[in-house]
Amino acid sequence: MRVRKNIATSDEGFLFNPTTGDSFSTNAIGAEIILLMKKDIPTSEVVDTICEKYDVDKALFERDLEEFTLQLKGNSILE
Amino acid sequence: MEKIRYERPFIIKMNAGLMNKFGTQSVNEPVTHIESVSVKGMLSEYGSPLFVISEKQIRRNYQNAVRIFKTRYPKVQFAWSYKTNYMNAVCRIFHQEGSWAEVVSGFEYEKALGNRMQGNKIIFNGPDKTDQDLIRAAQNNSMIHIDHYDELYSLIRLSEEHDLKPRVAIRVNMDTGIYPKWDRFGFNFENGQAWNALTRIANSDKLDLVGIHCHIGTFMLSPTAYAIAARNLCELAWGVKERFGKMVQYIDLGGGFPSTNTLKGAYLPGTDTVPSIDQFADAITDVILGYGFKQDELPTLILESGRALIDDAGYLLGSVLATKRLSDGRRATIMDFGLNSLFTSLWYDHKISPAQKLGDQTEEMVMFGPLCMNIDVVRESITMPMLQKGDQVVVHKVGAYNMTQWMQFITYRPAIVLIDTENNTHVIRKGEDLKYIEELEQIPEHLV
Repeated sequence: MRVRKNIATSDEGFLFNPTTGDSFSTNAIGAEIILLMKKDIPTSEVVDTICEKYDVDKALFERDLEEFTLQLKGNSILE
Repeated sequence: MEKIRYERPFIIKMNAGLMNKFGTQSVNEPVTHIESVSVKGMLSEYGSPLFVISEKQIRRNYQNAVRIFKTRYPKVQFAWSYKTNYMNAVCRIFHQEGSWAEVVSGFEYEKALGNRMQGNKIIFNGPDKTDQDLIRAAQNNSMIHIDHYDELYSLIRLSEEHDLKPRVAIRVNMDTGIYPKWDRFGFNFENGQAWNALTRIANSDKLDLVGIHCHIGTFMLSPTAYAIAARNLCELAWGVKERFGKMVQYIDLGGGFPSTNTLKGAYLPGTDTVPSIDQFADAITDVILGYGFKQDELPTLILESGRALIDDAGYLLGSVLATKRLSDGRRATIMDFGLNSLFTSLWYDHKISPAQKLGDQTEEMVMFGPLCMNIDVVRESITMPMLQKGDQVVVHKVGAYNMTQWMQFITYRPAIVLIDTENNTHVIRKGEDLKYIEELEQIPEHLV
């Protein structure tokens, strides 16, 4: 799970892919996950960090993260 | 440290294009209470899904409609359309308010009698009346609205055989300029069939012609169509008076007034497009008052409105079973209610609100029911906050037809709770169980 190097991100959740010209927006938690992914840390660490901060069951978040990752891949944001 | 409220992560592609001049619709205000009763409390006490009916709203609707017509016309009588919602508690509220009963089968007729409706205040419509139904209705002095010639001749025969003189009207169908034209019920106005039937009745000493009836359609959006219908019925009544020297006691314009639900495919929501009852009342009463009847011979105006009086008094509460993403990327939410209990989702894009405060972020989704059937779609596209398993929702304006046309299919039908005028809750129909469903089944000897 690595964010493509050319993807521009903002802390507010705005993403821009200069190769395709596509822009995206995410919600706050989505932006936070993408920033964590940019640090190239393992998925388990992303899960732990989010679950510590947000009121969410680990299993539920893992499921949602998997789906989010699929969306990011589908939009060519992840390598 | 208190944790932050969780919301599922999502990403959307931003599309450049023209701005939508209507802006985004705000539909996400949570509905936590119905008539001051907690939605979550009811779901926890009675289970999910759950139909809820507001007695206050029924009475408000009824009193409002009666006021609108009675301030325009001196003799008005409403008759509650049983098929719209024949829960006994609901029928009794309407009867308490002064409404007669309008039934379309022997079964509904028996329900009306069970609800202590006097026989002479029951209007018996519909194409399906057995000889036994007709005899009983005639003996009870009910108003029998004849649907076809076979029924007319059956009634004459039965009246001779049983020495009866039933009070009758005919149902008239006509072209009021709307599509589809409902010509499968009653006698046609334009081709003279209705007049012939009236002549046959008036010439019979076995039948007492008391009224003329029509019901031009359902969810009618054109008051003009009612004006045409009223004029045609007045013309027939006038003809009967001139030809046979008898003034009918009533003109029955039937029902068909719409609720403010949004029909599928409609560009704007029903709240913006549906004419008010005042407009229908104006159209109807202007014609009858202006037709030329003397003041003392004005017929009673009967209305059999159903949907417009009950739809917004009914709610369906339910819960999210699961959420998933479809192969084309669309979000799908699976609810614990579907077409089986919410039959009207075939016709309407029902308004659905979350029952708890959720995040501000919304997403478009398909809302499915729980049935293992591909057709079980509650909303093909709806924008809702980001729902997750266990979240609860309130479906609005479900009081009409759902509690009569619902199907016992795959799962049990839910309980129905009435919130009375003092905000007490009463179960008016229990949720079904296996014992109830299997009560009528029998196992052949060789399979025991």
